[in-house]
Amino acid sequence: MNALELKNVSKSFAGKNVLQDINLTVQPGEFVAVIGYSGSGKTTLISLLAGLLKPETGEVLQDGLPVSGPHPERGIVFQNYSLLPWLTVKENVALAVEQVFPNLRAAEQQAHIMKYINMVKLGHAANKLPKQLSGGMRQRVSLARGLSIEPKVLLLDEPLSALDALSRATLQDEISEIWLQTKKTVVWITNDPDEAILLADRILPLTPGPGATFGPSFAVDLPRPRDRKKMMHHAGFQKLRSELVTWLLDAKRRDFTTLSKKLVLPDILPEDLSTVNNLQFLNRRGPRRRGQEKTEQLEVHSSPP
Amino acid sequence: MNVPSTNILPMLEMDRLAKSFPTAEGGNQLIVREFSLKLTRGEFCTIIGHSGCGKSTVLSMVAGLLDATSGSIILGGKESVGAGPDRGVVFQSPSLLPWMTAFENVMLGVDQVYFTASKEERRQIAEYYLSVVGLADSMHLYPASLSQGMRQRVGIARAFALQPKILLLDEPFGMLDSLTKMELHEVLLDLWRRFQITTMMVTHDVDEALFLSDRVVMMTDGPEAELGDILRVPFERPRNRKALLADPRYYELRQHLIDFLNERSHIRPSSEPDFRPSKDLAAERATESTFMLSPQTTT
Repeated sequence: MNALELKNVSKSFAGKNVLQDINLTVQPGEFVAVIGYSGSGKTTLISLLAGLLKPETGEVLQDGLPVSGPHPERGIVFQNYSLLPWLTVKENVALAVEQVFPNLRAAEQQAHIMKYINMVKLGHAANKLPKQLSGGMRQRVSLARGLSIEPKVLLLDEPLSALDALSRATLQDEISEIWLQTKKTVVWITNDPDEAILLADRILPLTPGPGATFGPSFAVDLPRPRDRKKMMHHAGFQKLRSELVTWLLDAKRRDFTTLSKKLVLPDILPEDLSTVNNLQFLNRRGPRRRGQEKTEQLEVHSSPP
Repeated sequence: MNVPSTNILPMLEMDRLAKSFPTAEGGNQLIVREFSLKLTRGEFCTIIGHSGCGKSTVLSMVAGLLDATSGSIILGGKESVGAGPDRGVVFQSPSLLPWMTAFENVMLGVDQVYFTASKEERRQIAEYYLSVVGLADSMHLYPASLSQGMRQRVGIARAFALQPKILLLDEPFGMLDSLTKMELHEVLLDLWRRFQITTMMVTHDVDEALFLSDRVVMMTDGPEAELGDILRVPFERPRNRKALLADPRYYELRQHLIDFLNERSHIRPSSEPDFRPSKDLAAERATESTFMLSPQTTT
């Protein structure tokens, strides 16, 4: 049985097609990364999986049963952390735990909350408010909250995109470790090819929108745990990185609307503004010309804004 | 008279450039010490280093946005003082005026620098550069309706449109996601090849430095940062990312840069008595300074 499944799913907003013919199956315990350009519908895809949006056509299934709305069986981590600013780290996590496990005794509940806060290495900051934490630490809280409800599937929407390179690398390594411990089913949205290769079992690229759909699936057959430094020299890593990046760049190129435009570039030299008061401007009319004016018939690309 | 040909003169020469800032205690903190580097005409040179090492300070001094505490900058054979349109700058944030369209933003500089040209010619210039960066369809939109990547395209068009002697890029792609970044690399390289403008870029992205540059200059950790090492990037141009990523040398060079940042960036050549410069650093040091040929004697 597939942990998650999308069958011929399409979604549009205000008549604009965002996703079309999306087919996806995720095995239990599998780590799938979805990679795509901004605006290609990645967040729409995760919202469909979470049950926050309903598809126009097609079906979203979890364990073979249709998804009809959000449910604690699918934990979700957003890019912007989405923490309540007036609650401490512990209280933010507690809010989720109380909803999902209302029958725990006080001591059990405490232990449950602290287990996940410790898992993301925030034990020392459990009583801090979000504003007292760095971006990387806030995202850890969000991750602890996502894990604490013990969902069958964890959905992450560009969780590390707002972080600097160093915190991003640290969190990638830690998440990779947590995943090895918990073996949760994960769907991870990203725009970073290196991140996808480092973490995932399988990478699915989205074509640039509108009307995005999946390109070929890239299996990541690299041994775990993956050490980022050693991986750089792994022939399999280098090959996969090259293939994935090339596919993504080519996909964008296919999407260009090429228009042929007649452009004129007057072949004139810029004036030296540090000598504006110079008499030379009185003695000559018009700009200095390098040669004859060039008219170019140019093929220019243009992509939608 | 024996005037050296302009082709062998470096386009940009930084000679023992240093910058210190006053501290709260009333003293002076040396940020960059004796930074000397020569860029040949048409070269693409990248400076990498940890954040806070002073690489942007060097760039700002060349741009004329910061005064050097000591040392000098020679641009195209003339000493350069203060900011001016002969140095095009692209910042990390596109810095567009939000009440003007992309086209009007570019026209702002074009009107200044080509003030002797006709209105029609100035319009043609702005339109040309905006089209070449991929904004043929959207040049009359306001920055608010453009994506971050497209705004940075406007920034690139604006810089090239003024035909600067040198292009200075201060982490121009730092705010973009990795895929948009790769697209813009190609836009930039295409323009750079077409107009052969000498370029100096600051970044901390190792892949970006390797894909774009002829030489990568590594700066040691600040404060008192200095030139730590130089790496010549041997890949032929025009560069193709696919071929580059498949080249075994690519990962070797990449590792060289990462090792510098991780392990060697604290080593200051000037305070190590038995420092042995790498081949490329030694080559840079061996090139003669144009200060030997003072401008007065050649006229």
